[in-house]
Amino acid sequence: MGCVYALIAAGLSLIFGLMEVVNFAHGEFLMLAMYVAFFAWALARLDPLVSLPLAALALAALGWATYHGLIRRVLGGPMLAQIFATFGLAVFLRSGAQFLWGVDFRTIKEPLLSGRLSVGGVFVGLPQLAASVLALGAFLGLYLFLSRSETGLALQATAQDRQAAALMGIDTDRMFALGWAIGSACVGVAGGLLAMFFYIFPEVGGAFALLAYVTVALGGFGNVPATLAAGVIVGLTEVVAGLVITPAMKYAVVFLLYLAVVLWRPQGLFGRF
Amino acid sequence: MKRAVLLLLFLAALAFPVVFTLPFPRHVMIMIFLYGALAVAWNILAGYCGQISLGHAVFFGIGAYTSTLLVAKGQLTPWLGMAAGAALAVLVSQLIGYPVFRLRGHYFAIATIAVGEIVQTLVINWDWAGGARGLFVPIKRPDSVVNFQFHQSKAVYYYIALGLLLLALAVTRWLERSRHGYYFRAIREDQDAAASLGVHVAREKHRAIAVSAALTALGGTFYAQYVFFIDPESVFPLSLSILICLIAVLGGVGTLWGPVLGAAVLVPLSEGTRVWLGGTGKALDLLIYGGLIMVIATLQPAGLMGLARRFRRAP
Amino acid sequence: MSLLAVAGLTKRFGGVVANRDVSFDVRPGELVGVIGPNGAGKSTLFDLITGVLRPDAGDVRLDGRSILGQRPDEIACLGVARTFQKLRPFPEMTVVENVMIGAFQKTSDVAAARAASLRALEAVGLADRAEAYARALSTGQRKRLELARALATGPRLLLLDEVTGGVDQATVPALVRLVRELHARGLALIVIEHNMRVIMEIAERIVALQLGEVIARGTPSEIMQDRRVIDAYLGEAWRA
Repeated sequence: MGCVYALIAAGLSLIFGLMEVVNFAHGEFLMLAMYVAFFAWALARLDPLVSLPLAALALAALGWATYHGLIRRVLGGPMLAQIFATFGLAVFLRSGAQFLWGVDFRTIKEPLLSGRLSVGGVFVGLPQLAASVLALGAFLGLYLFLSRSETGLALQATAQDRQAAALMGIDTDRMFALGWAIGSACVGVAGGLLAMFFYIFPEVGGAFALLAYVTVALGGFGNVPATLAAGVIVGLTEVVAGLVITPAMKYAVVFLLYLAVVLWRPQGLFGRF
Repeated sequence: MKRAVLLLLFLAALAFPVVFTLPFPRHVMIMIFLYGALAVAWNILAGYCGQISLGHAVFFGIGAYTSTLLVAKGQLTPWLGMAAGAALAVLVSQLIGYPVFRLRGHYFAIATIAVGEIVQTLVINWDWAGGARGLFVPIKRPDSVVNFQFHQSKAVYYYIALGLLLLALAVTRWLERSRHGYYFRAIREDQDAAASLGVHVAREKHRAIAVSAALTALGGTFYAQYVFFIDPESVFPLSLSILICLIAVLGGVGTLWGPVLGAAVLVPLSEGTRVWLGGTGKALDLLIYGGLIMVIATLQPAGLMGLARRFRRAP
Repeated sequence: MSLLAVAGLTKRFGGVVANRDVSFDVRPGELVGVIGPNGAGKSTLFDLITGVLRPDAGDVRLDGRSILGQRPDEIACLGVARTFQKLRPFPEMTVVENVMIGAFQKTSDVAAARAASLRALEAVGLADRAEAYARALSTGQRKRLELARALATGPRLLLLDEVTGGVDQATVPALVRLVRELHARGLALIVIEHNMRVIMEIAERIVALQLGEVIARGTPSEIMQDRRVIDAYLGEAWRA
């Protein structure tokens, strides 16, 4: 699970690092990706694993549209305007999903992968395992893209200093749109993976988004590799807390961990401020 | 001129229940006052001191739960519970402040969300306090001020809510004119520069959250005594924290009347859409609500007060 | 006894040494200039003195007592005020309100603070802009505002980070005159300044920094003849 969290959080972190906007609709993006996977299965009998690129593409388009339709208008505004623009989007998407598809919990039956695997006496669901591996793969791809490709470097330059980047001839507006597209595509992949073994309903995004915020803040905003580490920590904490204390309290423990870290390192574990 | 308008508004507010005797208009007004008071309280910390909290439901819930537990388990009057709730909220706010005030900007906002989630989870798992099922306020008849229960007419609730709002406004006004109000704004603008001038930043932030938390808790107790049923979903949710914040933003943060204006616009709108469109399970009211928030954020980030100010400047 | 004694201050950021073993004194009423090329660690030195940063080694003493580990606001309360190189007014507050934040050091009464602030604004020549929002000021006016704000705290020692930097040439003489007046009234100052002519004119003693280290200290005339200073800094500055 930690890997999937990390992937969700990576999208958020990328967007934040780029333009210091927290996407409060991130969880709803995830929810939409899960519905994409669901409908691909329900209508076209495509397994989530197969429709993964579809979910990624759909979300990338959504991210791109969000940037152009909404974010660009509040970019120069106060932080509150940014919070509310994306928060409004969140409410809109969530209730839109409820309006169109109802509140029922849906699941994808008979996925390609099912059953469990015993690893050293601990049972791991095969879908969960596949999700972790694929999420890790996607994460690696993202990291390589950011650190190796020309476009990735241009993105990083924009994140470092938008004015300097603009002077260097980088089209920052395009970079921002691209950042939103890529960041959202990460959620698209994560959503597609989650759809294999998680219930799908309009409010599914909420809990994941909260964890994603904490993951990003824990790792340090805008630092993509740190997000992976933080994601794994959050995932492990959740599992351990669920086992040792009680499953009902596991998220509270994760949040408490974050607050404890904050006391010691306000900028997150790996953040520089 | 301004004084005359305010006086007129005040008299109109006093006369309202006499003119409108039906429950629904009174209910809407009560909600405006309650949410107005909450937004005014939030505004002290966020609007003036610049610490954008998305966890204020914690204090609201503490107010609601403290008084209700004291009524249900200790047979105490809710008025005492109200005071106890406010005191407890202040205490909790100081504890919360210790980690979260080290953070700035988005980090702070997210940490307050985390705090809100922790508290909500704790209460859900606290069986003695009703857990996820919540608590009923024991019904007592006949109506009495001591019991803080009025089943015959909403008029008394109306005046209590109005008093709550006036109290919040008076406290804000007083702070605005005191040294601390200036300190709060300086911290909002640039806390390092403020510190270089000798402002004890952490202490001022703690002061702001204490006042804000106490006023919010009063609102929580009122809510419990008005609705007679509370559960973690209704008094501790993130959506409440955000609604409070939204009302203030809509009206205009960092201004005295902004949050009231925001409540006066948003509450009737949401109560109205809820009655006309809600209940179909289709969430159409929320759909409109979400769209509206986006429009406000993109078109008028300074809130309605900003709009009003622009009109005043224009001619 | 010296008012401020800086002894062996060292500060590293990762592998970069911003200050290495920096020592100097400021006597009551003295005006000490700090010079050095960009990146010499001048602003870091101010941050160390005012408690914004914690040094890795060394000590800062005020009236002979160490103020190490105290918060910036505590140090401000001890009578050490500063301005910032990158100006930091409170933009959404009026000019007089900006200054009042400093004035509350001396009085908690709002009306008294306002009166004192107006006097401070008068002193820096900004009284006519008292009710304007700080964001509406020009750079020169913002410099004056920061000065007034720092002065309103009633300091014994004032740290000025670049008095004339970023200000148009016409405003420079007025700002310099202002600093001289303050000095003449007995206020001790440490002034970071890039304009060599200005600093040589106003400072009684100068500390020259390069790459975080003190390479020379002495009177302006001694500094002007110091080989290392000329090589490191004056040379290029004169030529440029």
